[in-house]
Amino acid sequence: MSILIDKSTRLVVQGITGREGTFHTRQCMAYGTKVVAGVTPGKGGTTHEGVPVFNTVVEAVEKEGANASVIFVPSAYAADSIMEAASAGVALIVCITEGIPTLDMMKASAFLAKRKSRLIGPNCPGIISPGKCKIGIMPANIFKEGRAGVVSRSGTLTYEAVWQLTERGLGQSTCIGIGGDPIIGTSFLDALRLYNEDPETEVVVMIGEIGGTAEEDASRYVRDNMAKPVVGFVAGQTAPPGRRMGHAGAIISGGKGTAAEKIRAMKDCGLHVAASPADIGETVVRALKERKS
Amino acid sequence: MKIHEYQAKKVLAQYGVPIPRGEMASNAYEVYEIARRLGGTVVVKAQIHAGGRGKGGGVKLASSPAEAEQIAGKMLGMTLVTHQTGPEGRVVQRLLIEEALRIKKEYYIGIVIDRLAKCPVIMASPAGGMDIEKVAAETPELIFKEHIDPSVGFEPFHGRSLAFRLGLSGEFLSPAVKVMAALYRTFEGMDASLVEINPFLQTEDGRLLALDAKITFDDNALYRHPELSQYRDFHEEDPLEIRASRYGINYIRLDGNIGCMVNGAGLAMATMDIIKLVGGNPANFLDVGGGASAEQVKNAFEILLGDKNVRAVLINIFGGIVRCDLVASGVVEAAKAVGIKIPVVVRLEGTNVEQGRQILRDSGLKFTVASGMKDAAEKVVSLTKQ
Repeated sequence: MSILIDKSTRLVVQGITGREGTFHTRQCMAYGTKVVAGVTPGKGGTTHEGVPVFNTVVEAVEKEGANASVIFVPSAYAADSIMEAASAGVALIVCITEGIPTLDMMKASAFLAKRKSRLIGPNCPGIISPGKCKIGIMPANIFKEGRAGVVSRSGTLTYEAVWQLTERGLGQSTCIGIGGDPIIGTSFLDALRLYNEDPETEVVVMIGEIGGTAEEDASRYVRDNMAKPVVGFVAGQTAPPGRRMGHAGAIISGGKGTAAEKIRAMKDCGLHVAASPADIGETVVRALKERKS
Repeated sequence: MKIHEYQAKKVLAQYGVPIPRGEMASNAYEVYEIARRLGGTVVVKAQIHAGGRGKGGGVKLASSPAEAEQIAGKMLGMTLVTHQTGPEGRVVQRLLIEEALRIKKEYYIGIVIDRLAKCPVIMASPAGGMDIEKVAAETPELIFKEHIDPSVGFEPFHGRSLAFRLGLSGEFLSPAVKVMAALYRTFEGMDASLVEINPFLQTEDGRLLALDAKITFDDNALYRHPELSQYRDFHEEDPLEIRASRYGINYIRLDGNIGCMVNGAGLAMATMDIIKLVGGNPANFLDVGGGASAEQVKNAFEILLGDKNVRAVLINIFGGIVRCDLVASGVVEAAKAVGIKIPVVVRLEGTNVEQGRQILRDSGLKFTVASGMKDAAEKVVSLTKQ
């Protein structure tokens, strides 16, 4: 099993005819993802990469039964695309787009709160269940089917962690990039809840970074509810306060959101903390051994 | 993006927030006339992008135009050090000359984004004029909050609820609510990530005014506000950071001696962390972008080498969709074009990694090829210690 996506997921690509949309549609299909439709307003009725293109998400849902969407729409229009997908009743919306204005995301979040759709991202690499389905931009070849869940605010740092797992023969159940923005759809806490209920996930890796308090909130959930070991890492231990470290959400402001606070919360709540980014894989190995002994 | 106090007040005034009378000056000789126009007794305020100016000697009262000019002469060009500037401080290039007001009470009002609730939150406190972070840490009961539904916006009840708790009732209720409504209009209309009036002043003659103000804009929304480009003050930014921003490279200068070039923000932070863990000091944060194209690698080299403290460079690229052999060719090409003379440690991982490493070894350049992040960090740190 996996969380959120599997072999039956039917994907619509919003912004399919753009450069990124085209490239990653091809990559996702090569991985075995069922891409059933694309949406580009004004290009309805055509086909692109062998996929039927529609003007609206509603049509993609009605005609092709799409139940998940991935968004490659430019930042100025991406929040609109998220709301369009939610309005069409798409269950899972994955927004890859970086640079969406925060105000737009707050409005989109308020819109989503009244609907059943789940959003992953924005500003994220997407979600993959190795061997089953890939919705996003991650390099498929580093992943391996298995029983570790990985949830992260970052892109390439996730690949680094996944690589360390795969090298040690530890496959992954589902990996989710939740995104580097201050306002995101699926939080660490949401992801942990899903992993906790997934019988095939044995261990979870949570890769946080400076800014906000999402790692602290998730750590308390681990302490109170998590039946599986959780390995934590926090990037930005050397980041200066008041500076945005690439991701819009990665900023220490008002003395809050430091790596030290997050690491302390993780340790206090019983997570296995990797002190160095090079030790994430080994820490997972240790956490699994400890659980068995 | 940050702006100066006088600019923030101008923006707030456009949205209907009452502000004191005042003018910006960048020469001492202008100050005499400005002070005279404002009635003689004025406050001279240094304009830098950092708080804590009062304690650092950047805010002074003058009782005559002559005194104002004298103070301005001393303040312009001085290096102001506050708890927010770091030890190097900031050089004062502009002043705000403002009418002096008779203060009855100081409050705080501000709007920030609550990440967890995914909406703006208005905060108000009777402990105005103080460092609000300190108030939040030490006396959180003195901070009142109202969350705003972003799809509806500010409603007068939000303002009444806060005003009553601040003790602003009677004749002050309606003006206080109006200021808060204007503050929200500014936040929403300008795509701010923070708007703050501190102190929010009640004067002896019964007025409510923004005595000091701060606005930070959401960089993601700057395209909607082309008028803000006139507010950017390049004196407040690091020249290398300005250059990097023109290349679309995320670069933040730090005080170490190991230049870092990494693809992806999270991995870039983690690379700085591991350098520190093995005993070195990163000179910067640099995210060259997910694709790490040859062009961007070249630009990144130029930025890194612009920092004269850099003694060695660590390149950490996780080649995902982009193959390592392509990245390696780009690195070699860029290093040759730039004519790099300091040691460079390269760590590549991902698709076609072996071919990539071979290209680096065969390049004729003095690259040190590392395997794994730890190995890379140790190698670059030992090279800077030689």
